Amino acid sequence: MHPISKPDYMPVDELRAMQLRKLQKIIPYEYERVPLFRRRCDEKGVHPRDLATLKDLARFPFMKKTDLRDEYPLGLTAAPMHDIVRFHCSSGTTGKPICIPSTQGDIDIWSEGVARCLAMYGLTADDILQVSYGYGLFTGGLGAHYGGEKLGCAVLPTGAGNTEKQIMLMQDLGVTAIACTPSYFLHLATTAEKMGVDFRRDTKLRHGIFGAEPWTNEIRAKIESIAGITAHDIYGLTEIAGPGVAGNCGRCNGLHVWEDHFYPEIIDPDTLEVLPDGEQGELVFTTLDRFGTPMIRYRTRDISRLQTGRCECGRTMRVMDRISARSDDMLIVHGVNVFPSQIETGLMKVPEVAPHYQIVLSSTDTLDLFEIKVEVVAEAFSDNIRDLEALRRRVLAAVKGIIGLTPKITLVGPGTLPRSEGKIKRVIDNRRK
Amino acid sequence: MIVKQISIFLENRRGQLAAACRALAQSGVNIATLSLADTTDFGIVRMIVDDHDKGYEVLTKAGFTVRQTDVVMVKVADRPGGMAELMERLDATGVDIEYSYAYALGSGDSAILVFRFSDNAKAEAALVA
Repeated sequence: MHPISKPDYMPVDELRAMQLRKLQKIIPYEYERVPLFRRRCDEKGVHPRDLATLKDLARFPFMKKTDLRDEYPLGLTAAPMHDIVRFHCSSGTTGKPICIPSTQGDIDIWSEGVARCLAMYGLTADDILQVSYGYGLFTGGLGAHYGGEKLGCAVLPTGAGNTEKQIMLMQDLGVTAIACTPSYFLHLATTAEKMGVDFRRDTKLRHGIFGAEPWTNEIRAKIESIAGITAHDIYGLTEIAGPGVAGNCGRCNGLHVWEDHFYPEIIDPDTLEVLPDGEQGELVFTTLDRFGTPMIRYRTRDISRLQTGRCECGRTMRVMDRISARSDDMLIVHGVNVFPSQIETGLMKVPEVAPHYQIVLSSTDTLDLFEIKVEVVAEAFSDNIRDLEALRRRVLAAVKGIIGLTPKITLVGPGTLPRSEGKIKRVIDNRRK
Repeated sequence: MIVKQISIFLENRRGQLAAACRALAQSGVNIATLSLADTTDFGIVRMIVDDHDKGYEVLTKAGFTVRQTDVVMVKVADRPGGMAELMERLDATGVDIEYSYAYALGSGDSAILVFRFSDNAKAEAALVA
């Protein structure tokens, strides 16, 4: 075992004591330095000295993405600029970006989180890690990069884009692991196929480290079968650090949260009450020892669950369910709640469907139009309209069976939908707001 | 005669068919006949070209979704009853027509039709003999 993985197995009572100790440091620190937090604590009539047990955390106010927007750029920054070494920004989908300044200590913790994920996936210092996440303000590239170096991997910082060259380098250098968004990997796979490159035969690729987008188990299975690799899940968000907050060990159907640094809670998004382990709700994180921009009870808008019981891998860090739905992503179509991940699950049940689709919503004067454009794999293309219509009916049945709505299914040729080098945009909502 | 046909899957978007024909033209491939089958969302263009292998390669390289299919070319007498006789002979074989269209270059007293049958070989034996 790599020494970096040692905290993964910390005895639970020791872990809880450590979490309380760290909270008792970060909460007064935040209270002293961040006016918004102090004001909200005062309004709730709660003071940092009220934190006597872990349960007391529930008395403290939440932070939300809108707070980061309202306080943009530096209103939630607790450390003096002297101690800040890096900025990361997340565009969000609308309006002002959010800005997360980090200290060197923050970067170290983040890198450790990624390195512990990589070690858990089975990577060692002998691995060659291609980082095809975007570099820059987005945390994906630099997060995977520093984490890979921390574990001692040889990091190939290709960034996203220039796909043919990436495939060439992957072959020439004998890359064994790649970190990117699942949608970019699918784009790489399509390009490789066009170039006549077979991942199994022509590369040494064994691991894919995928995150930054919600993706379903069905897409995971597709990726693994296309490329002959193990697809690992890495979770994180810019506000909390970046990727490396949690990862899957391969033994359980979920992700171990590095809760010695990132303290998780699950709340009911309506009542805001903390839910016990085992119940599904909105995931909330408190950064226990990031001092640049600490987040106290940050509402992620991700729907998950903290599993009860111990994972057979021996790690004591709690397991959260994979994020297949982000509450922000929920669509309301004809009055019905629909998650894009449900649509994806349905589509992937049809073997002729390629892992590329687009959900298009538009409106006329009287009704919403709900269309799903679906790429069909080249082999499934028939020159017979009857066959294509039959395929379309099968796709519709697969989707309808899950969401209970009847979207218009449009079959499109392979390679015709837009590909993404970063986070893919699968939903086009042109409805009048 | 059994010949090879190229089918192209097209989205119903303006300019798609022109782009496919232009790709062929630039490589000097001539279209002998062409038929367009469409639904509201997509179309299938079926064509026979003078240089099949080249045409197939050009379209594939240009990124079109292309399929090769065998079809049967059948000569029909250009007079009342010509088609009826042909169909009666076909009925006797139990073979079904999947689709059919006319070949552009007929001559004098006969027309040429292109057929895709459920069993091309069997139909050809019955019709061309």
